[in-house]
Amino acid sequence: MSEITATELDRRTLLRRAAAVGLAATPAVGMLSGCVGGGAEEEAPKQAEGEKSADNPLGVDPKTGIEIVIFDGGLGTKYATDVDTPLYNKKWPDSKVTYSATQEVSTVVQPRINAGDPPDMINNSGSKLMDFGAVVNAGQAQDLTELFAAPSLDVAGKTVAETLVPGAIEQGTYNGKPYAVNYAYTVFGLWYNKALFAKNNWTVPATWSEFTALLDKIKAAGITPYGYAGANASYYQVRAILTSAGKIGGEQVLKDIDNLKPGAWTNDAIVKAAAAWAEVGKTYLDKSFLGLKHTEIQLRQNQDKLAFYPCGSWLENEQAKDTPPGFEYAVAPYPSVTAADTLPATALNAAAGEIYFVAAKGKNPRGGMEYLRTMLSKEAALGFTKLTKSLTVVAGAADGVTISPGLTSANEAVGKAGKDIFMGYLFDTWYKKLDDESRAATNDLMFKDYDAKKFADRMEAAAQVVAADSSVTKFTRS
Amino acid sequence: MRHGRTPFIIGFLAVPVALYATFVVAAYIQTFQLAFTNWSGLGTIKYVGFDNFERLWNDDLFWRSVGHNLYLLILLPIITIAIALVFAFLLNAGGGSHGGKTRGIFGSKFYRVIFFFPQLMALAIVAVIFGRVFSTDESGMLNGLFPESWSPWLFLADERWALTCILAVMVWQAVGFYVVLFSAGMGSIEQEVYEAAALDGANRITLFFKITIPLLWNTLQVAWVYLGIAAFDAFALVNIMSVDRGGPDGATSVLAMMIYRNAFEYSQAGYASALGVALFFLTLTFAALTLRVTRREAH
Repeated sequence: MSEITATELDRRTLLRRAAAVGLAATPAVGMLSGCVGGGAEEEAPKQAEGEKSADNPLGVDPKTGIEIVIFDGGLGTKYATDVDTPLYNKKWPDSKVTYSATQEVSTVVQPRINAGDPPDMINNSGSKLMDFGAVVNAGQAQDLTELFAAPSLDVAGKTVAETLVPGAIEQGTYNGKPYAVNYAYTVFGLWYNKALFAKNNWTVPATWSEFTALLDKIKAAGITPYGYAGANASYYQVRAILTSAGKIGGEQVLKDIDNLKPGAWTNDAIVKAAAAWAEVGKTYLDKSFLGLKHTEIQLRQNQDKLAFYPCGSWLENEQAKDTPPGFEYAVAPYPSVTAADTLPATALNAAAGEIYFVAAKGKNPRGGMEYLRTMLSKEAALGFTKLTKSLTVVAGAADGVTISPGLTSANEAVGKAGKDIFMGYLFDTWYKKLDDESRAATNDLMFKDYDAKKFADRMEAAAQVVAADSSVTKFTRS
Repeated sequence: MRHGRTPFIIGFLAVPVALYATFVVAAYIQTFQLAFTNWSGLGTIKYVGFDNFERLWNDDLFWRSVGHNLYLLILLPIITIAIALVFAFLLNAGGGSHGGKTRGIFGSKFYRVIFFFPQLMALAIVAVIFGRVFSTDESGMLNGLFPESWSPWLFLADERWALTCILAVMVWQAVGFYVVLFSAGMGSIEQEVYEAAALDGANRITLFFKITIPLLWNTLQVAWVYLGIAAFDAFALVNIMSVDRGGPDGATSVLAMMIYRNAFEYSQAGYASALGVALFFLTLTFAALTLRVTRREAH
């Protein structure tokens, strides 16, 4: 055996090899993204299909199981395990539902899609969601036209499409075809503690001057009047700014942004909205919030150290554990910026969110669609709302049911807004890079520069870079 | 025995080489291939020649990220090695010479264990802990120490200091390991050398610079390469600690962070691969330069 050690490595060789091994520490993208190039070109595996009938409009094979992946986030997962799956199995007892939950949807699902073995129904959500535009573009999402045309599970005489709130399907429509169910109906606005406001006789503002006057009063009372988390949730503030812009100039302003129209960001409405919010940032924002995360800010609000917080209606459920008794969440629409705003002060930004889609190349896409049809029944929708304190796109499913103060307030706001509900914008999901730019630019606007013109110019430039980039798939809306 | 040698070596090497070839070499080759495509991460692959590298060249954030990596590359090894050397010297020879034996300062065995603790903690946990240390409100450990009347220090939220905060954490975590490494190196230096030098009247400082450092040179070289490679990474800390992951406004963006975002968030796996290729060559250049520049025993 002595020969083996006879050729002794000299130290230098050893060092050089050590350095070479160290190179392995640098990330190799090809490996991280899983098997490259699989899936798309390959033939789809044999997919289960059963006989279509009035009772089985989607042609589900009753014996084949389905696999679902649920995002484990603010909404929890109980609605899937305790409401949807039992309801699905009531109709299809022999179709086994294989369930898993994850916080990192893209990490778990994307490699499986690439490998040609996707789960059947996927809840694409959370900070690690897959770029859904890319999923659609790669032909990996099932066309859901059939699902929406099928009769509703428990509303007699109506198709699934007819039971949904206006705009619900459009939001999952890519280039004319529906590929996703956006299930949760989220109301955006200024969230506050109704009890605290009642105690101090503070009334919810409708105009910008009322708003700033109230912020002054709150500041004088020793409470931070307004705040958002710069470290990881600046997109809440992006939404505040753009909602104000939408109210000033109408929804077309936001559509132009989504369509990457030249000059969309330098529109007067955007500049005015940004200027109004920059003033709030300059005068009322706590500078340390730039370094804080949303959980920290939301906790402050629960402790009555922060009055207004721009957020969506998932907030109440997300904070359920930390909300002290006596704290009553309520939402107010963003106040009008000018007297000449296109939309009234009651106008509301409410949007369908939480993407659920069926993998086109899975083993049982029909079962996946049937699972979605189950979710879109009135019974499942009410169960979801009760468990998550979030409304759904199933119209009127939660009417007349008292669940929580925040939800009641959101429902009322929807009622008051009437026809003046707009779903906002989609550029943040369509063009992730532009989304990131808007977050950085907003932090700059609210914490550092307070310069609305600079904000608009910077976003305009970034939008035009995206528009000119041929490697980015473009989407349009009307 | 000669005839038994080849199968024996193959037996030992087969598994590691196969693993290395699959998960490192093959992945790298694929990265190089993808760098010339506009692959989104899903779907079909189209070759676009040098487009990605042209975009890279014109990407401000890329150059800023390279700058940040270089900043870490220069400061991380210097600071870490300096601190680790001082500690290791104190632990091994800082107590001076007694009865012909050098020894560490009082309690050195205890310190040796303590210094190693940061190395045992997962990077993600370290990042979360330091996120609390640097928190910008009064709940932050550092801001909590200051009087309430002071306006809070922004640390990671201040673009002038954010990267330095990250650097501080990297140094904090690395020092322990290199203290142990250098201690081992110092332990293998013959006592007689120190004795002889002490007899010639060398004081502790002279001992350190004239005896310890030259005899430790090879270990220092390894440390330098390893720390340099760590400086090219920094992904976990930036991802978890920094404002807006790489912010505020790109102030802490590093190449690894850019690769991650382009590959998994912007659906631009092709561009991300081009970034990976750039990082590969930067690391390689660094390693080659370090080994060349620090070559000493060539005489």
